[in-house]
Amino acid sequence: MHSRRGFGLTGWTVLRTSAACAAAFVSIFILSFAPVRAAVFNPETFTLANGMQVVVVTNRRAPVVAHMVWYRVGAADEPAGKSGIAHFLEHLMFKGTKTIPPGEFSKIVARNGGRDNAFTSQDYTAYFQIVARDRLDLVMRMEADRMRNLILTDKEVLPERDVVLEERRSRTDNDPGSQLYEAANAALYLNHPYRNPVIGWKHEIERLTTEDALAFYRKYYAPNNAILVVAGDVDARELRPLAEKYYGVLERGPDIVRDRVDEPAHHADRKVELRSRRVRQPSWSRTWLAPSYRTAKGNEAYALQVLERIIDGGATTRLYRELVVKQGIAASVGAWYSADSYDMGSFGVSISPRPGKTLEEAEAALKREIEKLLRDGVTDEEVARAKKAMVARAVYARDSLRAAPNLFGRALTTGRTVKDVEAWPERIAAVTREEVERAARALLRSRRAVTSVLLPAERKEG
Amino acid sequence: MKRRSAFFSNLSALVPALVCVFALNAQAMDIRRVVSAGGIEAWLVQDSSVPVISFSFAWRSGAARDPAGKEGRARMLAALLDEGAGDLDSQSFQRRLEDNSIQLGFSANTETFRGNLRTLSVNRDEAFRLLALAVNSPRFDPEPVERIRSQLVVNLRASQEDPDTIATRKWYSTVFPEHPYGRPNDGTVDTIKAITVADLKDFASRHFVRKGLVIGVAGDITAEELARRLDEVFGRLPSSRPATAIPEVAPANLGKIIVVRHDVPQSVVLFGQAGIKRDDPDWYAAYVMNRILGGGGFSSRLMEEVREKRGLAYSVYSYLSPFEHAALYMGGVGTANARVAESLKIIRAEWQRMAEKGVTEEELASAKTYINGSFPLRLDSNRRIARLLVSVQISRLGIDYIGRRAKLIDAVTVADIRRVAKRLLNPGKLTVVVVGKPEGLDESK
Repeated sequence: MHSRRGFGLTGWTVLRTSAACAAAFVSIFILSFAPVRAAVFNPETFTLANGMQVVVVTNRRAPVVAHMVWYRVGAADEPAGKSGIAHFLEHLMFKGTKTIPPGEFSKIVARNGGRDNAFTSQDYTAYFQIVARDRLDLVMRMEADRMRNLILTDKEVLPERDVVLEERRSRTDNDPGSQLYEAANAALYLNHPYRNPVIGWKHEIERLTTEDALAFYRKYYAPNNAILVVAGDVDARELRPLAEKYYGVLERGPDIVRDRVDEPAHHADRKVELRSRRVRQPSWSRTWLAPSYRTAKGNEAYALQVLERIIDGGATTRLYRELVVKQGIAASVGAWYSADSYDMGSFGVSISPRPGKTLEEAEAALKREIEKLLRDGVTDEEVARAKKAMVARAVYARDSLRAAPNLFGRALTTGRTVKDVEAWPERIAAVTREEVERAARALLRSRRAVTSVLLPAERKEG
Repeated sequence: MKRRSAFFSNLSALVPALVCVFALNAQAMDIRRVVSAGGIEAWLVQDSSVPVISFSFAWRSGAARDPAGKEGRARMLAALLDEGAGDLDSQSFQRRLEDNSIQLGFSANTETFRGNLRTLSVNRDEAFRLLALAVNSPRFDPEPVERIRSQLVVNLRASQEDPDTIATRKWYSTVFPEHPYGRPNDGTVDTIKAITVADLKDFASRHFVRKGLVIGVAGDITAEELARRLDEVFGRLPSSRPATAIPEVAPANLGKIIVVRHDVPQSVVLFGQAGIKRDDPDWYAAYVMNRILGGGGFSSRLMEEVREKRGLAYSVYSYLSPFEHAALYMGGVGTANARVAESLKIIRAEWQRMAEKGVTEEELASAKTYINGSFPLRLDSNRRIARLLVSVQISRLGIDYIGRRAKLIDAVTVADIRRVAKRLLNPGKLTVVVVGKPEGLDESK
């Protein structure tokens, strides 16, 4: 995910926070998920006549609203050869319309005491403002305006392309770990567009044009391909007239069918290795293609989430306890699972050795833990502990204005429903030990995986 | 556009649902001063809409107290406080946290040592018990000490080639060559290896005292109960211990341009000069000025000139950085090696323009509405409110500060900004560190 302004994981942060890899992003979202028995956020939903879906999460704690528009389009929907156009367009959406001069959008929001930003992933592009409740009308008018009335000229577009190239340098090209991640991702997917980085390949970004951006905009930016999510001091009865006034009058766009190419069978093991003078601490990781919520059969995605928590839930769960505390082989170890993509998800593990241990020793130790898990399974106690901790996160998520709109936006742009979000805690609670073990075996024995190794350059002595 | 801004009606009160325009009022944020039987003070914003308690606290002693050769001590201590305490070894302690969904963490920056506890209110007995153990009787068993030490060493190694880390270390060591502020809070591989358990205990016994401790709490807890918890957690600490004074210091080596050659396509540039302390009468004028110059996201002049007009950078910014015994005005930019010289030229020109001409009435009005309007938007969770209550106390701003803040900002005039800009900004005094392979840049000899 890439945001226009900051490197923030969620797109909410402003400048100067550091870059994040996709894995970190995913784990934070899973952690911040909101499980609790029965409903979590109790949203209201309705759909406008032009097909735009609306979700309202009322939270009267303060007279503030978070207003978001999510588009069901992301990097994986780009035409071949135009990688980065979804993210580039996200930047360009701030460049103006007939009524808002170039560069004024964010300034108007700021002058009204609000904060705004946007972010792009493989599956969605989202725009948001956080404002006092009495500014909701203003930001809805402006957001609806730029959904259909964007004006782009080379004068604004070309400098912004340079900005995106600088963004790419700071995120990826300046950091060997990110370069390796990009290469591993391209190896993991043999055919599916998830193999391309969200920000785009450098040589393709350099050739993106104003017309490319406009063509992409005209195809995907329309109410029937968008979702409005508003959280805070407002309810559906209050929001509906505003939604109809600003978004309801917009013309439908073409119907969009999300039909991406499939992965073929994977026969070959893949390993990518990056050796650099800019690396001082080696690390090893392996990432598997996994089911996502949408593509999983039954509750396999929920079982994999419990699995992830069992092996990497904290200092007392398997990987850290065994490899870092007891065996003292690793300095760090981790697991992550991304279930919320439109097509397949991914599951990964990684390890970095303690000083005095080699990367090979660390890798072997991690593989032994995985083998042990596959051989002996997990315990009922581990499953119960993991589920309890996951469900408890619900209450924490409710102590925030932002968790709910992010979760609903992500769900609705990746083929899930409001009900799926609200039922998450129940589905987690229903996961059994057998389901965790079955899901673990299906996944971790699969060849649909890539191994990545980050290594320091060999140094000449003297 | 003129409007009243600000925020937060009483947090627990119902907001009238059908009023379409109303003034948000920060003055109404109900902060109570709670003092325990043992004389420990905390600020509390009580709210039971979500059954969660956020409890934050800080001491006014941080990494600047690390002895020479033991840099990284405060941060190592912060990493070890939840690694076993009282009768609980590391795994037992961590297991109790995890099984009760209690979030406990400690951190150290240059001048503070902070703790943050977050718990579901139903688990608060266990949460406060574990916090009291961590604060009063950390164990420092050999296994966690060596494990954490190895992790700190690994983190240091991993960041040795990171351009941001290199730039930061070089900048501070250049400007504060003989002062604790010039030394790295994370230490170095050698200093982390040199730290002993006695060193860690020395920090805790000197600085974990009741004097200078500030506490902010938000969420589902009553004042009466909080008062009791304060004594449970902190009541056994000594009231105070003598500590040596950290000397006042003026930034040195200003005006230098230093290049650290590094094989990256984008140079990371950090620049700064003397700034303004938090208790300076012109603080608010400087704060608003910075919003306009480089602190304001897409509304700032640096962003407009460097990014929007010319596409030179993804990120360009400035910020005020006040310390207890020094003050800095800092900024940074990341730009392709070939464009470093051009970016710096534009930044210096903006520095100069602000110093000479200040700001317009329109810029000032926009900055004020943003600063006052956006401040409360950040306070959307108990955790953020508790942390704000700590920050306000650390800065000695008074319990009425949140209510007064908007007026302090509104009082800033164009003339105030002109005065403070003239005093602070001098492009010739910017010390610039560039990490990368910049082209066309004249380094200082």
